[in-house]
Amino acid sequence: MSDFEPKILIFACNWCSYAGADMAGVSRYQMPPNCRIIRVMCSARVRPEQVISALTQGLDAVLVLGCHPGDCHYTEGNYLTRRRGIMLKNLLETMGFEKNRFQVNWVSAAEGARFAQVVSEFVEEIKALGPSHVSRDKDTGTHA
Amino acid sequence: MSRVKVGVFVCHCGSNIGGTVDVPDVVEYAKDLPLVHYSEDNLYTCSDAGLTAIKEKIKEHGLNRVVVASCTPRTHEELFRRTCEEAGVNRYLFEFVNLREHCSWIHMNQPQEATCKAKELVRLGAAKAARLRPLEIARAQIKPACLVIGGGVAGLSAAGSLAQQGFEVHLVERNDRLGGLTVDLWKLLPGDRPASELLHTLTARVTKNDNVTLYLSSELNEITGFIGSFKATLSTPSGKKDIEIGTVIVATGAVELEPLGLYNLGKTEGVITQMGLEKMLSDGRKDLGDVVFINCAGARGPDREYCGRLCCAVSIKNARYLKEADPDARVTVLQRDVMAFGTEFETEYRKAMCAGVRFIRFSPDRPPTTIGNDKVTGVRIYNQLTGEESDLSANTVVLTTPLAADSGASDLAQMLKVPVDKDGFFLEAHLKLRPVEFATDGVFIAGAARFPADIGEAVAQGTAAAAKAAAPMFAGEVSVEATTALTNPRLCSGCATCEAVCPFGAIEITQDRHGRPVSEVNAVMCKGCGACAAACPCGAIQQLGFTDSQIFEMVRSLARDGDPSGSEG
Ligand code: FES
Repeated sequence: MSDFEPKILIFACNWCSYAGADMAGVSRYQMPPNCRIIRVMCSARVRPEQVISALTQGLDAVLVLGCHPGDCHYTEGNYLTRRRGIMLKNLLETMGFEKNRFQVNWVSAAEGARFAQVVSEFVEEIKALGPSHVSRDKDTGTHA
Repeated sequence: MSRVKVGVFVCHCGSNIGGTVDVPDVVEYAKDLPLVHYSEDNLYTCSDAGLTAIKEKIKEHGLNRVVVASCTPRTHEELFRRTCEEAGVNRYLFEFVNLREHCSWIHMNQPQEATCKAKELVRLGAAKAARLRPLEIARAQIKPACLVIGGGVAGLSAAGSLAQQGFEVHLVERNDRLGGLTVDLWKLLPGDRPASELLHTLTARVTKNDNVTLYLSSELNEITGFIGSFKATLSTPSGKKDIEIGTVIVATGAVELEPLGLYNLGKTEGVITQMGLEKMLSDGRKDLGDVVFINCAGARGPDREYCGRLCCAVSIKNARYLKEADPDARVTVLQRDVMAFGTEFETEYRKAMCAGVRFIRFSPDRPPTTIGNDKVTGVRIYNQLTGEESDLSANTVVLTTPLAADSGASDLAQMLKVPVDKDGFFLEAHLKLRPVEFATDGVFIAGAARFPADIGEAVAQGTAAAAKAAAPMFAGEVSVEATTALTNPRLCSGCATCEAVCPFGAIEITQDRHGRPVSEVNAVMCKGCGACAAACPCGAIQQLGFTDSQIFEMVRSLARDGDPSGSEG
């Protein structure tokens, strides 16, 4: 599946990771064009159902990006994100999705280079994983 | 509500976007998106021409939702929101799409892919925009009065500074006198001036100012409310007293750790703490014979990991005073490391050594032990540098212990809904960026209640907290975040999950008129993080501007709608 181009959703918190993505742009770090960002105020705004719905509707992977632990603009939102993330990974596995299709990571407002690296590595990982069972079915038309 | 009409404005940003993304193609694509009524491109949407175009098209086409696809909301959102407002569209009916930082600049060599991505991003933006609802920015009045809790050095500095600026100040002190721990100190570094002199200056600022109401032997019983209008109940010697204030400064200080039993403290006569020594010195007693100080007593160990910061300087100071008072006495400081930071303390350290005070290093693995049953006669020490064990004669052993959090701090923290760290000290909003503020608006922190602070630091923090508290009080009002959480009481099951995850204590479980528990969000305290909205099992709490329906629609639009590259759809 070397020509597989995954479609990936990123949730980024407004204060750190979205700004980190801005910084990556300002620095002109080049990245694979597979990701689309939805901005939320805090990573803790991401409802597990939103991740599940993205995957069950055929997106290949979801990445939630927040401030580094201890740096959340709202003090402790990213700790909730981290805990929810662990739970959600297990849940997704029981639904037949490889654990790594969903990941949580931290990027600060200053870390343009880190944003580029995290995103590029994530895309590579998902490429290696291939399409999810839902997106595969969708492509071959066997899924509603 | 009239029919939703979305207008999409795609910016070339000179060649910044247009050089990579096929902007006219994106504009054409946008025209076919659901509920999009109008779409155009601009060379620079943020220029006068661009902004005028937005306003004109709003009028001309009756647009009631606006999407600008250009740079980043972090720099330009306010500008476009204002433009919408000027054209009579609520500022929250605007949605930003980032085609520059998040697209053209990071896919410079992939124009086709970048154009395809730009189309999808615009599609997501339009999908969200169609579901936006108008919101209002509320304002809250700020009562120009401050409650200062604690009448030590930090509290006195804060109260004095605010009173001087003309604010009403309520200063509450648990003891029957002002000054906190400093009352018991003898002389201060640098300069060896009596502590009482300094206290006199600080106290006079407060007692001689009519703006300050002083409550001695009093405590805070209860506090409710939020920035601008807190209601507090104090218990005072003359009964309960209700006050209303706009801001609160916590300056409750700390206590000297008294580790009873450690080095036989409290068991063997002659083993005292630094505070005990300061009191003796203040009382004029300086004939203590041979004295051994043991530093880091109760600090920097598994139970209490932190360094007390000030203790080294205190031992350096008092050791020299004793040596100078009685040059024949042998005065020794047993230390694990000497933290004599900055120019002043380093100078003091040298002065003490020159005066004849001996500093001997010990290892925490082989700590010193006191000798003597009823009365202390010496200290046995393993000298880490020479590798030898020896006995020092001692008539007095002074333990240098760190300041520890006051036991009342956790109750106060709960009342104010602010956090404490694992050692019980209050935790500020950000160690470096917001050192004297809590994450909760209108509540500030100063002095050793946060972490062991010396007098200069306590004064600085007290004054800083006063300045921070004065800002909203001068303004007279604060504008309240509009993208706050809101409960739909009909969907709420009253499970209180939202209350548990809210970092700002903005959610309370109250009762509806049938007596059913229901969550209620205080919009003034809510900062709009959305943690509750993500946690609510019933979908009863929504974060305005980031509602489930908006986010789910974006996800749906991304996942299910056709790929705009043309191959599928
Ligand atoms: S604001 Fe970035 S994770 Fe909470």
